[in-house]
Amino acid sequence: MAHKDKVLVANGQGFWGDSLLGPIRLCREGPIDYLTLDYLAEVTMSILQKQFLRDPKVGFATDFVRMIERTAPELVGKGIKVVANAGGVNPMACKDATIAALRSRGFGGVKVAVVEGDNIYGQLDELLAAGEQLKNMDSGAPLASVRARVSSANVYLGAFPTAEALDRGAQIVITGRGTDPGLVLGPLIHEFGWKRDEYDKLAAGTIAGHIVECGAQCTGGNYVDWRAVENMALIGYPIVEAAPDGTFVVTKHAGTGGLVTPRSILHQLVYEMGDPRNYIGPDCTADFTSIRMEQVGPDRVRCSGARGGAPTPTYKVSISYQDGWKALGQLTISGPDALDKAKLCAEIVWRRLAYDGVTFSDDQKLVEFVGANVCHAGIDVPHASDPSEVVLRIGVKGADKAKIDRFGYELVPLVTSGPPGVTGFAGGRPHATEIIGFWPALMKKDRVATKVSLFES
Amino acid sequence: MPLVPLSKIADARSGDKGEGSNVGVMARSAAAYAFLKDKLTPDVVRAHMHAINRGTVVRYEADGLAVLNFILADSLGGGGSASLRTDAQGKTHGLALLRLVLDVPQSVLDSIPRSS
Repeated sequence: MAHKDKVLVANGQGFWGDSLLGPIRLCREGPIDYLTLDYLAEVTMSILQKQFLRDPKVGFATDFVRMIERTAPELVGKGIKVVANAGGVNPMACKDATIAALRSRGFGGVKVAVVEGDNIYGQLDELLAAGEQLKNMDSGAPLASVRARVSSANVYLGAFPTAEALDRGAQIVITGRGTDPGLVLGPLIHEFGWKRDEYDKLAAGTIAGHIVECGAQCTGGNYVDWRAVENMALIGYPIVEAAPDGTFVVTKHAGTGGLVTPRSILHQLVYEMGDPRNYIGPDCTADFTSIRMEQVGPDRVRCSGARGGAPTPTYKVSISYQDGWKALGQLTISGPDALDKAKLCAEIVWRRLAYDGVTFSDDQKLVEFVGANVCHAGIDVPHASDPSEVVLRIGVKGADKAKIDRFGYELVPLVTSGPPGVTGFAGGRPHATEIIGFWPALMKKDRVATKVSLFES
Repeated sequence: MPLVPLSKIADARSGDKGEGSNVGVMARSAAAYAFLKDKLTPDVVRAHMHAINRGTVVRYEADGLAVLNFILADSLGGGGSASLRTDAQGKTHGLALLRLVLDVPQSVLDSIPRSS
């Protein structure tokens, strides 16, 4: 197969809950070859796993199916390929729903691939018995210490299975847990035939993926110089214009809002960054400091020089587990003396609970006075000491669900039995909700078998 | 030397890293980077963010990008869904660090481009 000299890979969704406009506008407002969409976070996997245990037809990102339904005419008409980690813990059900959505809109013959192998929830005991301790990367504790409370376990797969799905002719690729940059790297491996040991190119694709993986965060969203960002309402979602040699231009459709400059891209390059010289992905390591950026046109930044290295022998595993309960409520307290009254309200809650024998340690309690410098606590800012009104956010956490629920009873009564000017209790009584703990671990790559299957609408 | 907030000579963006957060500080000029590499130490960041971060502060230097990346080890009140805080993902930690007031030489201030 002859390789193209340029491929356009866009990201239309930075997280599950991102604007519904991203994907459709990318398809409508200019050319793209690939639409990538990110739906999964650690907590999401746990929620989807629980849904799946109750109903084997769910456990995937349902928003994806609605997105396909809406954009199907553009996707099919323009031949745009889609790569999404929408499969969650049940990629086959996601595929079924996607195919049903395509058929309902009259689009038969669309090839849909599923990548599996990331979900190791059902093999955990086998893996532990085989000697994988799945130690917590932060604390060093073995998984056995929380095994009974584990609610999901997924490996961050690399991009080669996605590339294989595309090699086999898929127009839509549905994966479970993979790395976010892999959504972009997969299409580039497929289009340019990059090999497993071409580490600089794999690193370039990984860095390109990292730059666009949070949608508009590289095109002027969450940007320090926000006043300089024009038309933020219709901000353009990012597009990587990649070349076979590993160089790429980051851009967005002409006429869209936002901006693409070395400065806007650098903002995203540092986002959630660890050691900038040693980004560890499943297919390679990447040196973020090797990237050179150059403005080569309006909203066009050329990135070059990416260097990478061999991948590690382990996959990162994302495990979630039940880690207790929490409850959180809020009330609005108007002035005069808003802050003093809010402090009194918090004290009243703790004293009423103590009267009933319910106490919490400092680590289990949270009191915030929103409007009086919560986000930048301890830092001198103007007007923090006498706000005209504040929101009291008060919460507790712990292992005893009944105790957490008891807390919820003492918040709303402040409206009638506290200081004057307490309102905003519309949310009603706070209830205990589950805390989902995140357990990052490593496991040997050779214990994971990936599988690519192809279907048609 | 003028006392100015860090925001006059650098940008920042932050996000969550497990139970902590990272703050990437992007110097706006080579002179600003050299100045910050010397003055914006982990100890200075730790003292400024003392009420937000209860853990250590580690600094990575990315010379080619003129970036200093700070890892705040315990800055989210537990992290993920275990946090009760408003800013459970450390989204605002970058702006918090940009409020840090520094004694910046005029030559460094003059080196900052007006906009880009």
